Amino acid sequence: MKSFITVIGKDTVGIIASISQILAEQNVNILDINQTVMQEMFTMIMMVDTAEPKCSFSELSEMLTEYGKNAGLSVRIQREEIFNKMHRI
Amino acid sequence: MSMIRPDEVLETIEMIDRENLDIRTITMGISLRDCASESAEKSCTKIYDKITKLAGSLVDTATDIQTEFGIPIINKRISVTPVAMIAESSDAENYTMFAEALDRAAAETGVDFIGGFSALVHKGYTTGDHKLINSIPEALSSTKKVCSSVNIATTRAGLNMDAVAEMGRIIKDTAQRTADSGGLGCAKLVVFSNVPEDNPFMAGAFHGVGEPESVINVGISGPGVVQSAVKKVPGDDFGAVAENIKKAAFKITRIGELVAREASRRLDTRFGIVDLSLAPTPAMGDSVAHILEEMGLEKCGAPGTTAALALLNDAVKKGGAMASSYVGGLSGSFIPVSEDAGMIDAVRCGSLTIEKLEAMTCVCSVGLDMIVVPGDTSAETISGIIADEAAIGMVNNKTTAVRVIPAPGMKLGDTVEFGGLLGSGPVMKVNSFSNADFIARGGRIPAPVNGMKN
Repeated sequence: MKSFITVIGKDTVGIIASISQILAEQNVNILDINQTVMQEMFTMIMMVDTAEPKCSFSELSEMLTEYGKNAGLSVRIQREEIFNKMHRI
Repeated sequence: MSMIRPDEVLETIEMIDRENLDIRTITMGISLRDCASESAEKSCTKIYDKITKLAGSLVDTATDIQTEFGIPIINKRISVTPVAMIAESSDAENYTMFAEALDRAAAETGVDFIGGFSALVHKGYTTGDHKLINSIPEALSSTKKVCSSVNIATTRAGLNMDAVAEMGRIIKDTAQRTADSGGLGCAKLVVFSNVPEDNPFMAGAFHGVGEPESVINVGISGPGVVQSAVKKVPGDDFGAVAENIKKAAFKITRIGELVAREASRRLDTRFGIVDLSLAPTPAMGDSVAHILEEMGLEKCGAPGTTAALALLNDAVKKGGAMASSYVGGLSGSFIPVSEDAGMIDAVRCGSLTIEKLEAMTCVCSVGLDMIVVPGDTSAETISGIIADEAAIGMVNNKTTAVRVIPAPGMKLGDTVEFGGLLGSGPVMKVNSFSNADFIARGGRIPAPVNGMKN
């Protein structure tokens, strides 16, 4: 099962490192990363494999959201089907 | 399948975050046909047990789906077989206890609403239908989550004017009994013409007699997404407007389809339909009136409004129909007044009247919805409003409905606060010339010739 993690917010040092650490601890493999910085706004989209995380999907989601809150970023994880359904026929 | 691009991920997120895209409701339809009993008490127990068993994990499942896909699911609801059909086998004279059993089941399962305290009387009443309708005011004032509906006309059967007259009185009585909350009981009561049997939206949801044992129906919403689609083609001709609305409707319906299939799989319940309705909320950026205004109208209600709504309703259906294998329910655009910030504004500034809303209902789904009228509006006048609206549905082979609130003690210029998704309703002007002799005739208006299709 693949999912997309999206991070939107003000660019600071260590965003990718922090997220990657959470993912590594929960056995979530990163498949692809795409990031841009536009007018100091940082947007990162990360495709990850959530087939066998150590924790439940909702716990993983909470961890990421919690990190986002502390870092002043919008961080979310969503299963890829929502994007496939909307953008691919 | 090609890899999803970053801009596509961001487009979806923007729809959810900024344009209020959501799944308005996951509604589980449950048949109560095996819950009838000679003992009303026994029947109520069967009803409670069956609902809590089948829908026990509905709310948790919806929450899981919301978390995993990152799409808000606003309401979880249950619809049941019209209660008149179940209760009439029993010894009860008053059916309020059935409504209370539904309310307990709703509280236990944690759903937002339960619909189906209903009767279908388009051609006439059974004994149980009479008892149910007479119980509506008490049932709606003594329960929290129960919704009620009565179908009084179909294109095939005609228009039951006895029921029209009675529903005027029932609405007045319901308003009186819930006077301390502005007549809130009436917000949970809809009178229909050509009612659909698989509608997931309240207050009119019930589980039709041709439906399976249980079913999952999903209602989508996204006026903000559609408004932003119209915004992208400023000044372009209507072909471009329709095209953009279709594309937006397609995308939001695909999400509805995904959620519906996922919910039915997890709940081991059959997938019924996706209802591709534009259901506004009082939140800014979630208004149907603002979509119409985006097309170039200063205020909703200005000349051109009905044409704008016709285009909108049709484009939503065309886009949505391609996105789901099973489309049903009400499917179209809703135009409730109190639940739509733009409609409220339009009424307040004098641009939108009941008569214009009535015209608008000819080209969109449902009808005169969440309209607050003065508390001293007569039962006959309300019956007349119902009859007019039902006639539109009957003759045009479409669903129409009336959900009108004669708010006790309120007069023109006042506003009734209902709170939450029900919003706040400015009291609207009603034509007060008498129709008492018309309503007193009773009987049935014959089915129109265009109902004879065989």
